[in-house]
Amino acid sequence: MNKTLSALGCIAGASLLFSQSALAADCETLTLGSAISLTGKYATNGVHAKNGYEFAIKKIDENGGVKVGDKCYNFEVIYYDDESKGDRGATLAERLISQDKVQYMLGPYSSGLTKAIAPVTEKYKIPMVEAEGASRSLFNKGYKYLFAVLSTSEQYLASAVTLAAEMAEKEGKKASDVKVAIAVENDPFSLDIRAGVQEDAAKYGMNVVIDEQLPRDLSDMSAILTKVKLLKPDLLVVSGHSKGAATAVRQIGEQKIDTPMIAITHCEAADVVGNFGDAANDILCSTQWAETLTYEDPIFGTASNYEKEFKAAYTEYTDKKVPYQTAQASAAVYVFKDAFERAGTLDKDKLRDAIAETDLKTFYGDIKFADAGNNIAKPMVLRQIQGGEYNVVAPSAFASHPLNWPRKP
Amino acid sequence: MDQILGNISLLFEFPIVNLKIVVDGLMIGALFALAAYGLALVWGVMNVKNLAQGDFVIAGGYVAWYLAKLGVPPLLGVPAAFILMWGLGWVIYKTVISRVIERDLFTSLLATFGLAIMMAQIMNLLFGSDTQSIQLQYDTLYFFDGFVDVPIAKLLGVTMAAALAAGVIYFMKTSRMGQAIRATAQDARAARVLGIDTEKVYSFTFSLNAAICGAAGAIIVMVWVIQPFYGITYSIRSFVIVTAAGLGNLPGVIAAGLGIGAAEQYGAHIFGIGYQQAIAVLLLLLVLVYRLIQQRRLRQSLK
Repeated sequence: MNKTLSALGCIAGASLLFSQSALAADCETLTLGSAISLTGKYATNGVHAKNGYEFAIKKIDENGGVKVGDKCYNFEVIYYDDESKGDRGATLAERLISQDKVQYMLGPYSSGLTKAIAPVTEKYKIPMVEAEGASRSLFNKGYKYLFAVLSTSEQYLASAVTLAAEMAEKEGKKASDVKVAIAVENDPFSLDIRAGVQEDAAKYGMNVVIDEQLPRDLSDMSAILTKVKLLKPDLLVVSGHSKGAATAVRQIGEQKIDTPMIAITHCEAADVVGNFGDAANDILCSTQWAETLTYEDPIFGTASNYEKEFKAAYTEYTDKKVPYQTAQASAAVYVFKDAFERAGTLDKDKLRDAIAETDLKTFYGDIKFADAGNNIAKPMVLRQIQGGEYNVVAPSAFASHPLNWPRKP
Repeated sequence: MDQILGNISLLFEFPIVNLKIVVDGLMIGALFALAAYGLALVWGVMNVKNLAQGDFVIAGGYVAWYLAKLGVPPLLGVPAAFILMWGLGWVIYKTVISRVIERDLFTSLLATFGLAIMMAQIMNLLFGSDTQSIQLQYDTLYFFDGFVDVPIAKLLGVTMAAALAAGVIYFMKTSRMGQAIRATAQDARAARVLGIDTEKVYSFTFSLNAAICGAAGAIIVMVWVIQPFYGITYSIRSFVIVTAAGLGNLPGVIAAGLGIGAAEQYGAHIFGIGYQQAIAVLLLLLVLVYRLIQQRRLRQSLK
């Protein structure tokens, strides 16, 4: 907080660059800005993201900072709390750019907030690397200054469809015999997931037997699960943030749903293993990143090393998994470092071009941006809860454990 | 449209599903009825329409959840939430409600609306925005080939809700305080003339409401999930039920609560779960229209 305040004071002096001798080495400070949710409904994940940014800044700092030409810099971020509200986020982005003279932005948390802020950064031609907005509607607007390190949301559960097809073929059935049930929340993110599943199901000629939208304040989905019982789909896909995950896992257990494959999002956020124990077994969970993956880079080391060091730096994560929201936030800062060094200048337009040409291997996965700004080099990962552990089962190139199929109710 | 017809035909193809829907609906409805009964009390006695009703429910849920995390047996969370929320209700009455009770309808609506926002935000700061629940280690009973499932946890919750409702009804009918509350509801001025301390009745009623909501929330956290911003769901249901049943009509409130629970489940089955809440609001609309027509016919005036 103090750091942020002192940074604010310096910037009020109308200068973007200033030296702060308190920082390690004799590097100058390079200021990024971010409106992020520190209060309101996204507060938990907003804080995860902020911790990810801060941890990456510290690590880059320790590794000699950002070398631009023959000078070196340390990142510093001005944070404002957007209260999880889109209009507030847009106002704060304006303030960061026009009052605080921020030239480079890190993203907010959630697709909704990113959608609110992107038009502002676009207007001022400020490059923004974001790590928490996965909706594909962000990447069909022709934005030139928006880049995302994470996989877009329609990929979240699409790989479960492929997996279901593989299993059907292994059983000697046709992929087109697979019946799919979809229950997703009525919000942009989950509707993208639905679109992704529908597209892939259509590719295999599968039959979507249930396609329902969950209300925002869902706490009971027994009506859908009763239908699942009657129609017996081979794959059930649920996405409704952490409340969807919690409600689904609890009621799937209660109603003894025997669907052979169930894939959901936000398992970790809802802590379905801790809360529901055995009911969560054999459920597939999508994730952007897992600490067991074999990715690696010179700053953070391997994925598991990242997890270890992050836990040491932020002791409140000791008893839980480091969420992928944190890892991808760190990766976004790393993209900035890499792009600054390749650009060799602080000019924001040259930096934008350098970001666009990013081709980077990181502990979080490969990063390479499509023209629309989304990362096309990193796949989504499916983990299965096996005996209370999250084990990677798909895609097969990264699988550490075989898939349990059919799941035991 | 095809999907709606398909869903309806499922009801006929598998008649047992109807039973399942009704059972689920009644179990949810019992908890709606509890929160609605508290609202009916406050509304009827104090003429305060409490928009923070649902947030009291959620607060009670967090009390039970927090205690369970500390190692207190989850079932004890219900009486604990009742007592703690009683205290919170009393504090809120003294600091906020007592100041707006004599004012017009709008002031009390604004005050309780503000209260609802504040409570949700405070819970968010205290407990975080993740959904929470308590998992009870009880089995689930299955009937009819596993089609009708009744988790014992839910059964316990509904039983506790029923016991609480019965206790409150008995209290209202027999105790001096209950009589005083009913007298104040009928005519506050006359009650004051007859020596009833209405200020005390008001603070008691409001605390009792908070306590009932708190207990309902403690049950809800054991069978469904809570989140700081879920209060509005219960507020809406409470208003629908009280409006439909009328004030002071206790059996009506319970019947309406159970009925709405079942109607919502049917709505969710036929039109899709996204329309579950729409069914509740649609029912409210129908009841209001029906009431207006009835009143016009009887040439009564709306109070």
